[in-house]
Amino acid sequence: MAVDPRLALAAEPRVQRFGLTERRLHTIHATALSVLLVSGFALYLPFLAQIVSDRPLVKAIHLVAAVGWLAGLALVAVLGDRAALRATRRDIERFDTDDVLFMRRRRRGTAGRFNGGQKAHAILEAGLSMLFVVSGTLLWLGERNTDLRLPGTLALHDAATLLLAVLVVGHIIKATSTPGSLEGIRRGTVTSRYAAEHHEKWRPSPPASPAALAFTRAPLVMAAVVLAAAVATVTLLV
Amino acid sequence: MDDETPVGRRAFLGFVGLGLSSLAWGGAAMDLLAQSTRLVPESMRSALPFGKGWRIYAVNPPHPRFDPATWRLRIEGMVEHPQTLTYAQLQALPQARQTSDFVCVTGWSVDDVRWSGVRVHDLLAAARPLPAATALKFVSAEEPYEDSLTLAQLREPDAMLALTMDGAPLERKHGAPARVVMPQMYGYKGVKWVSRIVVTDRVEDGYWQQRGYDRDAWIGGSNGR
Repeated sequence: MAVDPRLALAAEPRVQRFGLTERRLHTIHATALSVLLVSGFALYLPFLAQIVSDRPLVKAIHLVAAVGWLAGLALVAVLGDRAALRATRRDIERFDTDDVLFMRRRRRGTAGRFNGGQKAHAILEAGLSMLFVVSGTLLWLGERNTDLRLPGTLALHDAATLLLAVLVVGHIIKATSTPGSLEGIRRGTVTSRYAAEHHEKWRPSPPASPAALAFTRAPLVMAAVVLAAAVATVTLLV
Repeated sequence: MDDETPVGRRAFLGFVGLGLSSLAWGGAAMDLLAQSTRLVPESMRSALPFGKGWRIYAVNPPHPRFDPATWRLRIEGMVEHPQTLTYAQLQALPQARQTSDFVCVTGWSVDDVRWSGVRVHDLLAAARPLPAATALKFVSAEEPYEDSLTLAQLREPDAMLALTMDGAPLERKHGAPARVVMPQMYGYKGVKWVSRIVVTDRVEDGYWQQRGYDRDAWIGGSNGR
């Protein structure tokens, strides 16, 4: 008797990998950086600039995406589960011997919740984000006041762009070539088998009930402030 | 290795610190890189302008097309004899050569660009500007881009209407067939795809001046400095 593979999948025990806050954060970061990368390359590479030659429009898209990105991250931090974010950051910033071995010899089966490569990726991308914000702001200011143009601003923004493109391509290849890993970010859960196979030392919790984001008053006021600031900035930029 | 040591946080801070320090040394590193890639073919280098390479800025797609058979350059306004020049007639005027740097207000630059083209004196010889004329407005085929320079500014020895760049006719993306080259000012004063030159007695605000940039865009002496 044939078994519907979807039923078999559904019946498999699952564990929680990413909470709602982490997934929202990922969606905002991934969407914004995709727009920023594509519009950035259209501004930067001559052959693309020749095809998409509406530079003022592309530049406006780039700036709006940048402000939207930061506002979105701030909103998640204000409204989301900050304790979960802190726990994830703690997971990412601590490297143990197995993580180092993983990165050196690509050994599998000894990772915690994140393996060494995933940790390195997250750290590099967080660092790049900081560098993009600083160099991008300086580029914008430097166009208006040449005193604020530092000798390395453009080099930093360009080099960060190229490194980010490599990281993003690698991230997408790894995520799509490892069966079961996309579910972690899409549904928040992975099968117990996936967890045991790829993250042996990880002790995950069972799937959480889909808790709503806490809509209490203080974070909502903060969120409104963040949104207003973002709208004001966009109006100023474009 | 101690499991409780936040190695990753230190790596993050170190990475950001290194990146921020490049605000000071990144320009020099970019120059070094540009020199070390001199052996790489120009076509490959121009595909990825890391270092000193052209970035193509335009404001209204698509780039104007140049057809030598139908293209005309009009010289009008405060002149005794308005002119309509064909590409061949423009090429027949005295051609000057120069090597100069190109500097963009957004921070990039290209060193030692070889240009040839027509000096303004030769360009206006047949049209004969009226005594009251003080400026030229260069109108691009890429509407609504235009920009003006005073006749005094255009008498700088390295100002020209360029027809070739680095030994070849101007490419479409660089403003074919004719663009303004004003090396002592930022690149936005160098109108590409010039199709009309209006002789005037007052300087009008060009495309970028209407958007807050300085009219007299001397390099190192304008736009906030």
